[in-house]
Amino acid sequence: MAIFYYDQNDINTDLLFPGKYTYGSTEPDFIKEHLFEDLDPEFSKKVQAGDIVVAGSNFGCGSSREHPALGMKLVGVKAVIAKSFSRIFYRSATNQGLLLLELPELVDFYEEGMDVKVDALKGEVEAGGKVFNFPPLPTEMQNIIDDGGLLEHLKKTY
Amino acid sequence: MAGQTTIQKILSKRVGKELQIGEIAFVEPDYILTHDNTAAIKKKLKTFGEGVKVKYPERLVVIIDHVAPASKEQDAINHKDIREFVKYNEIKNFTDVGHGICHQVLPEMGLASPGKIIVGSDSHTCTYGAFGAFSTGIDRTEAAGLWISGKTWFKVPKTIKINLTGSFSKGVYAKDLILKIIGDIGADGANYRSVEYVGDGIKNLTVSERMTIANMAIEMGGKCAFFPVDDVLKNHLLANNISEWEAFEGDIDAEYESILNYDLSKIKPQVAFPHAVDNTKDIDAFEGPVKLNQGLIGTCTNGRLDDLQIAASILKGKKIHPDMRLLVLPASRSIYMDAMKDGTLEILIEAGATILPPGCGPCLGAHQGVMAPGERTISTANRNFKGRMGSKEAEIYLASPATVAASAITGMISDPREVL
Repeated sequence: MAIFYYDQNDINTDLLFPGKYTYGSTEPDFIKEHLFEDLDPEFSKKVQAGDIVVAGSNFGCGSSREHPALGMKLVGVKAVIAKSFSRIFYRSATNQGLLLLELPELVDFYEEGMDVKVDALKGEVEAGGKVFNFPPLPTEMQNIIDDGGLLEHLKKTY
Repeated sequence: MAGQTTIQKILSKRVGKELQIGEIAFVEPDYILTHDNTAAIKKKLKTFGEGVKVKYPERLVVIIDHVAPASKEQDAINHKDIREFVKYNEIKNFTDVGHGICHQVLPEMGLASPGKIIVGSDSHTCTYGAFGAFSTGIDRTEAAGLWISGKTWFKVPKTIKINLTGSFSKGVYAKDLILKIIGDIGADGANYRSVEYVGDGIKNLTVSERMTIANMAIEMGGKCAFFPVDDVLKNHLLANNISEWEAFEGDIDAEYESILNYDLSKIKPQVAFPHAVDNTKDIDAFEGPVKLNQGLIGTCTNGRLDDLQIAASILKGKKIHPDMRLLVLPASRSIYMDAMKDGTLEILIEAGATILPPGCGPCLGAHQGVMAPGERTISTANRNFKGRMGSKEAEIYLASPATVAASAITGMISDPREVL
């Protein structure tokens, strides 16, 4: 399990998935290939299921394109931990069933090389031996995540 | 009991109970806007079975604008898919290539009016706050969900109130004001917030200028923006044959997280430097010269008739710098026609501008004027993120149409107040 740490604020969706590809193929392999392309060209080659992304504030700002959240879900990112998230990205991640954790204290405490473990059920993240708690999501959002994303949720309920 | 904010009132009315800030409400938006991404959203409907139809076709608004006309085979396939989808679902609110940018066309269709709830799979859907509507961006998946169910949830956001007084000095425009505000409060300064504009200065802003300001709420993280329903808006709506609406206005004693004050007469022309919208500077407060290769006047932020006319007033009888290209994209076909009839386009073309078809053009880096490494564009768009207009080694500077026009003549970032 690897941690991808980006010590930056305002990482926008153009960096996470360039606009020039947004109206291209919607195939999972295409999205995976260009994921994080202008932020970290190595990301898509290295990322594996269970990995965690750690970043600064306002992560995912900019466009409403869902490729960053969808792509991270496709490659199996376990959680994104940031100081804060932009609104549309937060909503989009919920719709994809991707776990986002707003933990500014953890990001401040985090140093390169630290081990990070997420226990979603307990609402706990352990980083470098220190435990950080996160509050439960509003029921409406938790239901969507539990069902594996908005469309699966609606399939059950609409 | 404290009063309510505008957004609180709009959402409360829909659910039939008084909502508190932070409360989650399920509502049915009046309109669901999608653009070229309609093709990708259509594919998601397969989750619900083959041949499934949208629940309320009259609520869908579909505009082909992002890569229009198609620049690659894949775009053409997307557009073809969209046309088939529109026919199959009998969607009336549809425009094809050449009609213009969704955030310009939707209001021109008469769909943006006070009290409406409009969502769109585009982050600049916040634009319709200029019309007293609650409008906000969603992703493709949520748009698919709305096509099927008609319903979604919103958390009642906190509100930032911005009080405007006075009027702009010569050479200063709405774009300068919104860039100044974003520079002051930062790219996440209004994250999750509703931004309500109030004050005496508002009567000095046209609906087009209000659209420029509301359009960029997302660049400070805003969920939505609101302008009041005043005589300026009412006259605009009536002139466009809209005579029925429901106006909502935030109470003075509502819970506002913060109140900011801006005297319009104190604002100077602004430039957002690469690669962040909040990296703004007064035009007379940086070391020059910043040499440029390209100017862009257009987009959903600044592609309206007044924007083109301002640029023409500066470029009249002049030529753009030989090292520059100047791209002009009217935001809609109707604006294109008006600018043609009143001679604006002729002035721009004589000055050396290239007129592109109504649409998003190079703003998102898909076609029609993307940059090579090391190049610089000054643009009236709303984003200057790294890599957004082609090479990630290129730079985008954001400014008003006047500043772009003045800079096109000199080939470097220039103060429009010196040429007006």
